[in-house]
Amino acid sequence: MVLNEQDYRLIAEIQDGLPLSRRPYAEIGQRLGLSEQQVIERIDTLQQSGIIKRMGIVVRHHELGYTANAMVVWDVPDDQVDAVGEQLGSQPCVTLCYQRPRKLPHWPYNLFCMIHGQQRERVLDHINRIVASQGLEQIPRKILFSGKRFKQRGAKYQ
Amino acid sequence: MDDTDRAIINRLQDGFPIADRPYRLAAEALGIQEQELIRRLHAMLENRQLSRFGPLYHAERLGGGLSLCAIRVPVDDFERVNEQVNAFPEVAHNYARDHEFSMWFVLATETPQRIESVIREIEQATGYRVYNMPKEEEFFVGLKFEV
Repeated sequence: MVLNEQDYRLIAEIQDGLPLSRRPYAEIGQRLGLSEQQVIERIDTLQQSGIIKRMGIVVRHHELGYTANAMVVWDVPDDQVDAVGEQLGSQPCVTLCYQRPRKLPHWPYNLFCMIHGQQRERVLDHINRIVASQGLEQIPRKILFSGKRFKQRGAKYQ
Repeated sequence: MDDTDRAIINRLQDGFPIADRPYRLAAEALGIQEQELIRRLHAMLENRQLSRFGPLYHAERLGGGLSLCAIRVPVDDFERVNEQVNAFPEVAHNYARDHEFSMWFVLATETPQRIESVIREIEQATGYRVYNMPKEEEFFVGLKFEV
């Protein structure tokens, strides 16, 4: 979809959040010189085209107790990466799963998935169970738990 | 946080209505009043359990650049490098991880081309190589949290 000037203004206007009022889209419209209906239609279009991935609550997962956050990385043979990626991506506790480039010789891993949990032991249990149930024992992997979080904000759009 | 707050978090990470009274519609589905939903969202934003209430954008479809980067920073140099990296406005978030590749951050830029130049700038500022690991294939993006 081709975005026009008005779309970019709308995207920037709501990036930090929707107004917490009864008619949030009317309020946004007032700021931008649009009708409530125009705002609703445009947001709907942005959502259907996938530019807005979703609309609603963005949590601070640390503050909700999700402090054990594991990035599990796998060194999967290139011809198996799609299959293993689909397998991992369909596990209920996996929150993200991406293929990324290896950086040899120091970084041989090409498949990344995130598992967020409230306790490190439970996250490790989940990972062991996935490895066993999916038959992934022979694929080299590493688990990188996060330490301190230094910055969390969304991307900014002008 | 009580059961109602938890229900709000579990139900409203996606699919907030695009309609003239969206809070009323969402509140009805939760069995509460519109004003109460607004009040509770406000409170959870205030006490920082929620990061924000609104859209989550697809950076690449907006024409932006997005990449995961890592640096192998020795422990005794971590603080200095961390400060330098976080000073870049393009760094969206940054986590320490327990590995030789110890610093992991996401770059979000206005154009895809800008990723490479920010990486050069970070390398010049810190003196370390930045390993750029953009996504090549996406198998799953859920990233929702049950409470």
